[in-house]
Amino acid sequence: MIQVTDLTKAYGETLAVDQLNFTIKPGIVTGFLGPNGAGKSTTMRMILGLDAPTSGSATVGGRPLAEHDQPLKSLGFLLEAGAVHPTRSAHDHLRALAVTNGISTARVDHVLQLVGLSEVAKRRSGGFSLGMGQRLGIAAALLGDPEVVMLDEPVNGLDPEGILWIRHLLQNLANEGRTVFVSSHLMSEMELMAEHFVIIGQGRLIQDISAPDLRAMAAGDSTTVRADRLDDLVGLMQNDGVEITSTDRSTVSVKGVTPDQIGRLARDGGIALHSLVPEQRSLEDVFMSLTADSVQYHGSAPLEMAA
Amino acid sequence: MITPLSPASKAIPTESQTAPTLLKDNPMTTITASPTPSVQDSSVIKTKRSSTGKVRTRNVIQSEWIKFWSVRSNYLTLLAAGFATVAFGMIFSAVASDGQAPGPAAFLTNPVDVALGGVGLAEMIIGVVGVMVVASEYSTGLIRTSFATVGRRGRVIRAKVAVVGSSVFAVAGVAVTAAVIAGQAVYAGTEATVPVTDVLDVIFGTTYYLTGIALIGVALGFILRSTAAGIGTLVGAVFIGPNLLNLLPDSITDYFLKYLPSEAGSAILTQVTTPDQLSLGAGYLVFTAWVVGLLACAGALVQRRDA
Ligand SMILES: Nc1ncnc2c1ncn2[C@@H]1O[C@H](COP(=O)(O)OP(=O)(O)OP(=O)(O)O)[C@@H](O)[C@H]1O
Ligand SMILES: [Mg+2]
Repeated sequence: MIQVTDLTKAYGETLAVDQLNFTIKPGIVTGFLGPNGAGKSTTMRMILGLDAPTSGSATVGGRPLAEHDQPLKSLGFLLEAGAVHPTRSAHDHLRALAVTNGISTARVDHVLQLVGLSEVAKRRSGGFSLGMGQRLGIAAALLGDPEVVMLDEPVNGLDPEGILWIRHLLQNLANEGRTVFVSSHLMSEMELMAEHFVIIGQGRLIQDISAPDLRAMAAGDSTTVRADRLDDLVGLMQNDGVEITSTDRSTVSVKGVTPDQIGRLARDGGIALHSLVPEQRSLEDVFMSLTADSVQYHGSAPLEMAA
Repeated sequence: MITPLSPASKAIPTESQTAPTLLKDNPMTTITASPTPSVQDSSVIKTKRSSTGKVRTRNVIQSEWIKFWSVRSNYLTLLAAGFATVAFGMIFSAVASDGQAPGPAAFLTNPVDVALGGVGLAEMIIGVVGVMVVASEYSTGLIRTSFATVGRRGRVIRAKVAVVGSSVFAVAGVAVTAAVIAGQAVYAGTEATVPVTDVLDVIFGTTYYLTGIALIGVALGFILRSTAAGIGTLVGAVFIGPNLLNLLPDSITDYFLKYLPSEAGSAILTQVTTPDQLSLGAGYLVFTAWVVGLLACAGALVQRRDA
């Protein structure tokens, strides 16, 4: 379990993290989302005890990580995938990490196999591709067989097969009862992986929400209707508080009437419906609109945003 | 469907003839076909948790030992420094005439000092090794992993000091002894040569000095966190600076020059001290104070700063 309490970090004038509060629970994968510069990496560095909070605290299993007897066995982490000396082999790199926490060389070989790097383990890691570097970082995170796994942007640089692999890996870790905390700035990467989301923007908490609740937020309040004799159907639906806008000659968008009500009205009026589509935004859209106010680094092209 | 990427997959029947979205509910379809072993094959969980000890200084030293000797450039550079010590010592000795070494070593008159004429080059190489061992961890980001896995940062510094110190001490000790023997064997000057057993104090002093320079490099690496800045400061402030200051009138330099690390060090490098050098005892004291002081400064900064 990771607990963050009133966590704040200022770098000079910049408030990188601002009064964050959340708890990451065991048994599920929690996605940590926010646009570039939102403060995800900074939060993780504070959880690791690398950056000192300006105020507030971050604990792992109730204590700061640095107070754990063997930190790697409590929390496995991936911060930056390239954090290996380029001429050191993957095997030597992991062995050097392992011995600090009394972890055996057999375990090193095991995690190398687990991430699929056994065959290149003795080669200099500087020659690794981005994805292989990510896998090595994940191997390091798993070394201590930890209760808590925290990964900063692990999907970066992975191919589709690799993304699939890491998704199942993390879900398995969660199913084994571990706490899994994974950051990303892309909802599309996280939505198939995570059961819970902590969304931040400009260092502040925007949502701490379960996947079903987030999906409920994605449900829109309008329905797109195509039908024979559309004008007659519009006449039937017209009522107080109902808002009907026509998109083109044969399509209208209706607010204030539920899809099943529309269906019944059409049946009663003897009108054939061609389609009846409740509006459903993508989670990406929801994420974008949630964080729209806090995106710091806009591209120059106008962003198209739902709602 | 997602096409399995590895050729090996062709041998394995998959049932993923469906849309990619179904993969979520069908976790073991395409993933088994990947070159990466599946998560379920080799469970991440080890049912028996390995010993729950503590991180001990011994473990961290072991880790730093693996790190140091698994980077080829570290031991090649150390060997180069040893080789330079012996080779230049022999060259200077072989061409010495009238008890004087030629060219840059012309100020050396004693046959033992002539045989150790290569130390001036070796110290730069060795100092650079000290800087690199630390600064490369900052440039790759590995230092964060090191600090977080060990928990207490002071331990990482002490372990690096132990490993770099003992490695350099061993290599330098052998090289310096070899240089004295080989240099005197080919000595062409007029002074009487000296048996090794009579100059053990010079051999120890020189080895001590080279070890201290490596540790100054380590301290500068932690303080400046950059290879370029570390090497620049080492070469500029420790090696070249004092030589430039030497050009100032004696009335000014007499007061402080002899207290600089390289000058204090020179008092322990030779048997023949001049009046503007410190005494042997004071030389050890001042030089050691520089090394310990800079390391203490590094320790304090590392504790205070964000990693
Ligand atoms: N060491 C530092 N010194 C000064 N400012 C910093 C430092 N680290 C982070 N920041 C600032 O803090 C803010 C948060 O950065 P952080 O790296 O935590 O964001 P992030 O959510 O991880 O972004 P990304 O998705 O791009 O990785 C940014 O404005 C960044 O410029
Ligand atoms: Mg980041």
